[in-house]
Amino acid sequence: MALVAAERPGVAGRLVAALKDAALAALLALGLAVPILALRIDQDINNQPVLRARWDDVALAVALVFAARLAWLLLRPALAGSAAKARPASTGAGHLAARAFALAGAVGLVLYPLIMLALVGKSGAIKWIDNFGIQILIYVMLGWGLNIVVGLAGLLDLGYVAFYAVGAYSTALLVHNLGFGFWLCLPLAGIFAALWGILLGFPVLRLRGDYLAIVTLAFGEIIRLVLINWVPVTNGYAGISGIPKPTFFGLPFNASDEGFAATFGIEFTPLHRTIFLFYTILALAFLTNWVTLRLRRLPIGRAWEALREDEIACRSLGINTTSTKLTAFAIGAGFGGFAGSFFAARQGFISPESFTFMESAVVVAIVVLGGMGSQLGVAIAAIVMIGGTEILRELDWLKQVFGPDFEPTQYRMLLFGLAMVVVMIWKPRGLISTRQPSIFLRERRAVRADLVKEGHG
Amino acid sequence: MSAGVSIGGPILAVEHLTMRFGGLIAIDDLSFTAARGEITALIGPNGAGKTTVFNCVTGFYKPSSGRLVLCHDASPTAEELDTLTQSGRRWAAATGGAVFLLERMPDHEVAARAKVARTFQNIRLFSGMTVLENLIVAQHNPLMAASGWTVLGLLGAPAYRAAERAAIERARFWLDRIGLTDRADDAAGGLPYGDQRRLEIARAMCTEPQLLCLDEPAAGLNPRETAGLTELLLAIRQAHGLSILLIEHDMSVVMEISDHVAVLDYGQKIADGPPDAVRNDPKVVAAYLGVEDEEVEQVEAEIAR
Repeated sequence: MALVAAERPGVAGRLVAALKDAALAALLALGLAVPILALRIDQDINNQPVLRARWDDVALAVALVFAARLAWLLLRPALAGSAAKARPASTGAGHLAARAFALAGAVGLVLYPLIMLALVGKSGAIKWIDNFGIQILIYVMLGWGLNIVVGLAGLLDLGYVAFYAVGAYSTALLVHNLGFGFWLCLPLAGIFAALWGILLGFPVLRLRGDYLAIVTLAFGEIIRLVLINWVPVTNGYAGISGIPKPTFFGLPFNASDEGFAATFGIEFTPLHRTIFLFYTILALAFLTNWVTLRLRRLPIGRAWEALREDEIACRSLGINTTSTKLTAFAIGAGFGGFAGSFFAARQGFISPESFTFMESAVVVAIVVLGGMGSQLGVAIAAIVMIGGTEILRELDWLKQVFGPDFEPTQYRMLLFGLAMVVVMIWKPRGLISTRQPSIFLRERRAVRADLVKEGHG
Repeated sequence: MSAGVSIGGPILAVEHLTMRFGGLIAIDDLSFTAARGEITALIGPNGAGKTTVFNCVTGFYKPSSGRLVLCHDASPTAEELDTLTQSGRRWAAATGGAVFLLERMPDHEVAARAKVARTFQNIRLFSGMTVLENLIVAQHNPLMAASGWTVLGLLGAPAYRAAERAAIERARFWLDRIGLTDRADDAAGGLPYGDQRRLEIARAMCTEPQLLCLDEPAAGLNPRETAGLTELLLAIRQAHGLSILLIEHDMSVVMEISDHVAVLDYGQKIADGPPDAVRNDPKVVAAYLGVEDEEVEQVEAEIAR
């Protein structure tokens, strides 16, 4: 259809072709909408199923598809023209811009709680700092941790949530059984998770691509099922509660005389703890980022990337691919463990529900959308995806548009999928797809995305 | 100059090498030596088993049987070699050097310890990394040690920084050598084909090998690039006293640079000697070009012998 439009340059011809194309798309939408949307079975007061026809919804969907397709076909030439002009040159200037942007982002994150306090006041700020700030930063950290395994070493790990769970549960169990505090549990959780990373690494060393993905996925499920079924230790579905919140170097965040507020002579508010948690996870995330950036410039990091590019060539150069893969698994898992430990301490309660495959999928999606190997891209993707889904909770005004039954959070997965489709069409290699070299002789030149390999698994 | 009489004895001795893939015998009881400081060419028609020999020598395949002896600096005495062979160990120090039994070593150890570097028939560069990065990755093992297995490097130890500077210097030396200094910061995958071939050789050289195995280095090069390549290989041998094992189909290259040629056909060695002798060997001519009808029986009898 698009070809027809190209052959007939006349405006009228283009319009006709576009109309035809849009009509075809609308027909397709109709075909899809009838089985999915048209009929719905509800229960009435007597619990009897009632068939309800929703032809108005079908008509709306078809009309939307028609309009969107038509608009796209008519506007595309104009859009394509401007996009071609705006294509940035991938040189040192681009790198400097990215660095400036990253620095601005980091400063913005550091100031975020204060900005929120100023904007919405004390009572409103807790929600914004906790639900948005901390939640997003946990995923930024998970994304950065997985980026080592998937983005740098090119090993597709679909069971990353397992290490998150190991970190969380080891914190909870250490607290309850040995009475350790959070600050002791945090490094231990990272070490345990790293050990589990090595444990997973050994059997999957020979696997590549799809096979690696399936086995890691299974590993994630195994950990979750063990957590559910090993009731004497993990308390099964009921989970473990009563995990003490982190203290300010020994000072608890409560209204008591020994508490943080009393010691510093300020008025007690739960905000103190939230802000402290925010800065803790921010520091952990920055640590992850710093270590990763540093590792990239060390032999081990270059070996990871070389492994992603060509494993056989690596071996011909004397690189022990076994230990290289295991370190990638271990370090990536270790950061997942840190995040898990923080998660346990922040929630105060953990259960296997928090460690489903969905979490792994979200983290992988963040890494892929962000651009594999790009720290900045991963951070942006985490902010957009997690922030985007959280912000759905805030869109109450939509109820006035669509009626009181409308629940925006129900559309979370739909929007999630839509966003992924859009990004994969627009930027198939992720938001930031060019690769920055780890070392340069004269000038830093970014490597084009199509030359960088994704790894074989 | 024939193998074995050069100073220090042969660097590589392939003894009764056999490689079977299921029922297929890819290499059948092959023995030859590569002399130290010389260029030994391995030639033969397509499918003769040349690359399989390379994969065995570099540890990518485990041979079905046979012994692959690589000696640094000087050959061991027969007793030393026997002791090592019977001990089950992979290598040992020997009189004036070290001896390695390559068939026992995994691929990365062959490269790291026995110092055998190789290139590939289909170029295997790290295409998404820059030219310089390719050469730095090749120096992974010394740099890894200098970075204190990452710990010291993470803390920014001065010793590691010095080691990295030295690695860059070595890379720059090879970049100058292959004329790619100006493209050091470009992606390796974006280089023209001929440059990629030369870069792969430079990358192998950055591992400081004792034996360099080149799998069809002139494949796909134009005559000018081929001339540049032969010049580079001869210069490397001259300046670094390096031993080279070479698979090549371009006979002009083989005849020009090799000191010794071994010819393979159907996994068996059919000729072995200096280039001129091999070129006129009737069995080699028969293997490459086939034979006249009336000569078939005579040649068959000769091969069977």
